[in-house]
Amino acid sequence: MTWTPSGVLVSTEPTILEMRSITKEFPGVKALSDVNLTVKAGEIHAICGENGAGKSTLMKVLSGVYPYGTYAGDIVYQGEVCRFKDIAASEHAGIVIIHQELALIPTLSITENIFLGNEPARRGVIDWQEAKLRAVELLARVGLDENPDTLIKNIGVGKQQLVEIAKAMSKQVKLLILDEPTAALNQSDSRHLLDLIQGLKGRGITSIMISHKLDELEAIADSITILRDGRTIETLDVVGDGVDEDRIIRGMVGRSLESRFPEHTPNIGEVFFEVRDWTVQHPMVAERLVCKDSAFTVRRGEIVGFAGLMGAGRTELAMSLFGRSYGTYVSGQIIKDGVEIRVPDVASAIRHGMAYVSEDRKVLGLNLLDDIKRSTVSAKLTKISRGQVVDKAEEHAVAEQYRTSLRIKTPSVDEGVSKLSGGNQQKVVLAKWMFTDPDLLILDEPTRGIDVGAKFEIYGVIQQLANQGKGVVVISSELPELLGLCDRIYTIFEGSITNELAARDADPESLMRSMTSSTKKKTSR
Amino acid sequence: MTTRISDLKKMFGGGASTGRQFGMIFTLVGIILLFQVLTDGLTLDPINLIALVSQYSYILILAIGMLMVIILGNIDLSVGSVAAVAGIVVAKAMATFDLSWPLAIVLGLLLGAAIGAWQGFWVAYVGVPAFIVTLGGLLLFRGMNQFIGNAQTIPVPAEFRVIGSGYLPEIGPDTGYNNLTLLLGLLVAIALAFREVRMRRTQRAMGSDMAPTWVSAVKVTLLIAVVVYASMLFAGGRVGTSFPVSGIILLVLVVVYSFLTNNTIFGRHVYAVGGNALAARLSGVKNKHVHFLVMMNMSILASLAGMIFVARSAASGPQDGLNWELDAIAACFIGGAAVAGGVGTVTGAMVGGLVMAVLNNGLQLMGVGADKVQMIKGLVLLLAVAVDVYNKSQGRPSLTGMLTRRFQRVPEVEPTPVPAAETSRPTS
Repeated sequence: MTWTPSGVLVSTEPTILEMRSITKEFPGVKALSDVNLTVKAGEIHAICGENGAGKSTLMKVLSGVYPYGTYAGDIVYQGEVCRFKDIAASEHAGIVIIHQELALIPTLSITENIFLGNEPARRGVIDWQEAKLRAVELLARVGLDENPDTLIKNIGVGKQQLVEIAKAMSKQVKLLILDEPTAALNQSDSRHLLDLIQGLKGRGITSIMISHKLDELEAIADSITILRDGRTIETLDVVGDGVDEDRIIRGMVGRSLESRFPEHTPNIGEVFFEVRDWTVQHPMVAERLVCKDSAFTVRRGEIVGFAGLMGAGRTELAMSLFGRSYGTYVSGQIIKDGVEIRVPDVASAIRHGMAYVSEDRKVLGLNLLDDIKRSTVSAKLTKISRGQVVDKAEEHAVAEQYRTSLRIKTPSVDEGVSKLSGGNQQKVVLAKWMFTDPDLLILDEPTRGIDVGAKFEIYGVIQQLANQGKGVVVISSELPELLGLCDRIYTIFEGSITNELAARDADPESLMRSMTSSTKKKTSR
Repeated sequence: MTTRISDLKKMFGGGASTGRQFGMIFTLVGIILLFQVLTDGLTLDPINLIALVSQYSYILILAIGMLMVIILGNIDLSVGSVAAVAGIVVAKAMATFDLSWPLAIVLGLLLGAAIGAWQGFWVAYVGVPAFIVTLGGLLLFRGMNQFIGNAQTIPVPAEFRVIGSGYLPEIGPDTGYNNLTLLLGLLVAIALAFREVRMRRTQRAMGSDMAPTWVSAVKVTLLIAVVVYASMLFAGGRVGTSFPVSGIILLVLVVVYSFLTNNTIFGRHVYAVGGNALAARLSGVKNKHVHFLVMMNMSILASLAGMIFVARSAASGPQDGLNWELDAIAACFIGGAAVAGGVGTVTGAMVGGLVMAVLNNGLQLMGVGADKVQMIKGLVLLLAVAVDVYNKSQGRPSLTGMLTRRFQRVPEVEPTPVPAAETSRPTS
C-alpha cells in the first residue's frame, strides 16, 4: 500500500505531525505507552500533564534526542515516516526543540549563539559579516532590541528565550517545540514570549508547547493533548470544546486514589515547629525572591505535604530552611518548641534536630564512591566516635540495624551504594537521616524514580517516623501521593504559600488550582 | 581452588581501592625482582636499599600530604618551593642566629603551617582553584628561597643532619647486625600480627564476611617474613649505617596518616568532600575547613620534607625541591588515587611512590642515563593510569580484577527478595 498525501486527505486542516502509538521504555520504567499525538499545521498545540507524565520524553522522541530504534511506533511528519537518528536530522527536517534549561553558551555573543553549529562559512572560515547581518534580521523578527555582539550572560532570561527562538528560526523551523518556555520568566517577559509564539503562528510556524501554566494555555493554545502516566488521555479543541482550567485539571489528575498507602492512624500532637515570614533571594539574581513571606507550622506526629509545580520554590524553601543551603537569607524566623533557633549552617540544623532528604539523591544525597555503612553514619559521625576516632565496629552494627529495619536489599553493608537500586539508595539516605535522631524531617520527592513496591515501604517508614512523634514534611510532585500520605497540605506557587488544606478536605483539582495561581488572583475572579 | 581468589584478595585489606592496591603490590614486587635480576643482585644489596630509603623518604612524605589534597580533587604544585623555603629559613636561622636544632625544626614546621594557612585561605575561603594558588606558590616560594638565601648555599650543623642522614646507632652486643634495626623489625612484626588478630576479632564481632584463618595466617607469615628479611638487610649494611632516621620518620607518618584518613572523623570528611562536595555540605561537613586544613597540612609536610633534604645534603641551596611536586603527584596517581577526587589511600600512594623509586634506582644501577630514566618514568605513569581508566570504562574494578576475573565464581550472596508491599505494613 502506498500512502501519499493527496489534496483530499489534507483538505482544510492539514496535519503536519502524527505520532502513532509511541512506546518508550527505560530500564525498569515504561515512560510512554501507546501515545498518540496529532498536530495540525499552523496551530499552537499544548501538551499537559503532571510531572513525570511523559511530556518531555515524548518531545525527546520527536526531536531525535532518543533516536529511531530506541522507541516503538511511527512519527509521520509532513506525510512521511521519519526516522531521526539524532537532533541534527530532526532539525534538518525543520523540527526544533527549545529545552527548559536553555542551551545557550553564556560566554559567547548573541550572534555566535544563534549560529552555533550552523555557522555561515566558506571552507571552514566563518563569514561574520553575513552572520551578523542575519542575526540582526532574526532579532528584529523576534522583537529583541539588542546588539548582536552582546554576551548571553549579560541579558536576562526572557531575552535569552528570544535568542533561542531566533536560533530556531535561523534553522528554517517549521515545527517549534517549547518545553516550559515561561517557567523561568516573569509576567511581562512571559506575555511578550506568548505574543511572539502567536506571531509565529501567523507566519505559518506550528508550535508544540509544554506548560504547567494553565491560564496561558487557555489563552493561546488551539488544542491541548493531556498525558497521564505515559498515556494519551485526550486531545481537546480549546475553542470548539470550550475548555477551561478546570477541564484541563480534571484530565491531568483524573486517576482514582488506589490503596497504595499503608494503613495509618495519625496521632497528632501540638505545634512544635514553626516558620515565620521566610523570605529568600535567588543566589544569583538578587531581585528574584524564591521564597516570599512563607509561613507554616508542623505538629508532632504530623505529616505535612508541600504541593507545587516544578520551579514553584518547594525545594528552595526546604533547602534555605536547612542551614541556609540555598539562596540568600533575607528575613524570617524558625521557632522550635517555642524558642527561636538560629540555623546558619547545616551542622547547626542537624544539631537542632532537622534533617533534609534531598530531591536528587545521587547529586545531593550520597557520595556514590562510599559503601553503605559509611553513608549511613555520614551525617552524624560523632554519634559513633570516641573523640575524633570512628568506631568501625559500631558503624557496622548501626548500618546492619538499618539494613534490617528498612529492608535494604544488599548482600552486605560493605557494598558500594552505587550498586544499589534507586529504592534501596533512597532507603540508605533515609537511614542516614534517621540516624541523626531528627525531630523534623523534610523529605523532598522521597519516592521519585523508584518502583511501586519500594514506594510503599518508604511510605511505611514515613508513617513510623510520624508515629514516633516526629514532624515530617513531604514535598512531592505527585498529588495522589500527598493526598494519600499527608495529614495537611500547603500549596506553593511562584515562591508563595497560596493555600493550606486538611488532606481529607482536599482533592487533586483544588490542589492544582492553588498550585497554578496565586490566592489573590483566585479571589479577584 | 576457584573459590579462593576472593579470599586471597582479603589478604590486602578492604575498601574500594583494594583491587588496585593488590595489583600495585604485585607490580612493586615484580619490579623489585626484575631489577634484582637485571642488576645482578645490586637492588636488594643493603647499601643500595639504605640509600634508596634515605633518598626517597622525603618524596614519600610529600606523597602522604599530596594524597589528601588529591582526594579533595585538588593538586598542590608548590610543595617543592615550600620545601626549599623551609630549608633555607631553617638553615639560616641556625647559621646566623645560632638557633638550636630542635627549635629550628619547630620553626620550620611553624613556617610550613603559616605558608599552608596562606594557601589554604585562598583555596578554601576565596575559592581560587588550588591549581592556581599553588602555581602562584611555586613561583612565590621559589623566589623567596632565593631571596632569603641570596641564591647561595647555606650549610647546616651536624646535629641537625641526623634527621636526613642519620642512622639508628650501634648499641648492645656485636651480632654482626645493627641491633636497633633488628629490634625495630621485631616490633613491626609484632605489631602486624597484633593488628591482624584485632582485625579478626572486630570482624567476628561485626559478623562480617571473614577470610578463612589460613588466609590470615599466610598473610601474617608472609608479611613477617618480608619484615624480617628487610630488617636483616637494613641491619646488615656497612658498619655505622642501618635503617635511616628519615625512614623512621616516614614510617611513623604513614601509620599516623593511615589512621587519620581511615579512622577519624576528619578523614571521613576529606573523603566525603572529595567524593561529593554537595552531599558532604548537606550532611553538615564544613567543606571550607576541610580544604583549609588539608592545604595547611600539605605545606607542613612539605617543610618537613625540605628540612630532611637539607639535613641529608648538609646544606640548603636555591635548587632544593625542584620538581618534587611532580614525583609526589605521580606517586599518588600510580597508587590508585583518582584525578576527580574521592579515591585514594596512603598505603596506595606509598606503594606508587616506591614503584617509581625502585624503577628510578634500578635503571640508574643499570647505567641508564637520566634522560631515558625520565622517559621511562613518564610512560610508566601514563600506562598505569591508562590501564586504570580503561578498566573502569569497561566496568571492571582494576588490573587485578581483569587478571582474576576468569577464575572468579559467580557472586554467591544473593539477598532473599522480600515481597515489599506485604511485609512492611506498620502494625499500628
